[in-house]
Amino acid sequence: MSLTARVRIRVNGELQVTAVPARQLLVSYLRDDLGLTGTKIGCDTTSCGACTVLLNGEAVKSCTVFAAQADGDEVITIEGLAPAGSLHPVQRAFRDEHALQCGYCTPGMVLAVVSLLRELPEASDADIRRGLDGNLCRCTGYTPIIRAVRSLAAGAAHDPG
Amino acid sequence: MIPAEFGYRRAASVAEAIGMLTQDEDARLLAGGHSLIPLMKLRLAVPSLLVDIGKVAELRYVSEGPGYLAIGALTRHHTLATNPLVREQAGLLAAVATEIGDPQVRHRGTIGGSLAHGDPASDLPAALLALDASYLVSSPAGNRVISAGVFHLGFLQTALQHGEVITEIRVPSGTGSYGFRKFRARSMDWAMAGVAAARTPSGIRVALVNMGAVPLRAAAVEAALSAGRPAAEAAALAAVDTAPPADTSASAGFRRHLARVLTGQALADVDAAAPGRAGSVE
Ligand SMILES: Cc1cc2nc3c(=O)[nH]c(=O)nc-3n(C[C@H](O)[C@H](O)[C@H](O)COP(=O)(O)OP(=O)(O)OC[C@H]3O[C@@H](n4cnc5c(N)ncnc54)[C@H](O)[C@@H]3O)c2cc1C
Ligand code: FES
Ligand code: FES
Repeated sequence: MSLTARVRIRVNGELQVTAVPARQLLVSYLRDDLGLTGTKIGCDTTSCGACTVLLNGEAVKSCTVFAAQADGDEVITIEGLAPAGSLHPVQRAFRDEHALQCGYCTPGMVLAVVSLLRELPEASDADIRRGLDGNLCRCTGYTPIIRAVRSLAAGAAHDPG
Repeated sequence: MIPAEFGYRRAASVAEAIGMLTQDEDARLLAGGHSLIPLMKLRLAVPSLLVDIGKVAELRYVSEGPGYLAIGALTRHHTLATNPLVREQAGLLAAVATEIGDPQVRHRGTIGGSLAHGDPASDLPAALLALDASYLVSSPAGNRVISAGVFHLGFLQTALQHGEVITEIRVPSGTGSYGFRKFRARSMDWAMAGVAAARTPSGIRVALVNMGAVPLRAAAVEAALSAGRPAAEAAALAAVDTAPPADTSASAGFRRHLARVLTGQALADVDAAAPGRAGSVE
């Protein structure tokens, strides 16, 4: 019986066709095989959200997905969120609002926000807090993160701040 | 943490999954993986073969059946929370799904996996018990329907036999208002205790999360309500015949207290909404 699985995964726009050990987690495939170390491992127990990536546009914790399960899927990591040399609006908002300190939670946090705003473009403050339930930050106290997301939620356009 | 090695096969259909399962008695189904993968990382589960049903399209649907809402077993928590048909006809399920874990967990976890895992701290099994749901199960022997009341046999133990796949969850039509409450120390935690209550054609049904080895009906509460006792009086009976766990997050006594308080709140939500209307949810 095969202890490996064949996968076709589109990662940051590039199709990867390969065989992976069945037990390899998506986070390990991204970091160790593809060298995409922007995706972090914080807890390895589905708690912290540092390993968050977009799977078919939705935030998931890549420490709790086997690479084999992503066959036929599209993965976006922090490296692929915006073209090289430019920032995605969520990244820009994080920079503008000082929504990071050590930065360890930031890739996962940014991708969780992208997913959240895709589902709830007019997210209220309560939606933003709930939408980030799965992402821990040990530095910022969350306030600047919420400010950054608020600046992007539709309707915030009217806010001169 | 790295799981032990295992074989891996992807099923394209329910029939194929059943065929793969029956070839290996240590084979396990893999749906969203959000209960099984954590167990495998801890090596508390060491399956020889995973049969991945994650891409079986025939298990992902919500539709209206004769007298019930039919929900495919692979329906994710996120879909339950947002699907218009679920929200309209089984508002309790949508409300419960909204509060499971966090968005990332809801993007992966499925209703079938939550049931088959059989953890009494899970929210959907209790909600489905309150709704008097039943589960369509397929196996080499054919199909059978298991009702929620007899599905859970013990901690992480269900009536499923090896080779059986849950294909559909059936929620009877005609439920009215509902209430759902759970208590957590932190937003991403599992419920210390929880209560799902629903007005059904046969009266108000109340089920408890994490108050025993399986999801429990609060039979004393239901009996008091059908005898016409006021909700507050009935709620005081919520911990009767329960056996809640004691662990680092709460004592058994505190869980009994929570069950009474949360039942009172859930029943108030059932009452507050006119029959046939959705109740509010915390
Ligand atoms: C961080 C975190 C927080 C969570 N918080 C909550 C919470 O607050 N409330 C809550 O209720 N749950 C919570 N969960 C559990 C979550 O809901 C799981 O996703 C769910 O319990 C399992 O669904 P799954 O599809 O991921 O199943 P899997 O992990 O794929 O499978 C679980 C079990 O079910 C079997 N199985 C799967 N599908 C079928 C099927 N169709 N037929 C027969 N057997 C099947 C598998 O073989 C396995 O034994 C949490 C999980 C995590 C990781
Ligand atoms: S590393 Fe995946 S959630 Fe923490
Ligand atoms: S910026 Fe350090 S953990 Fe969030």
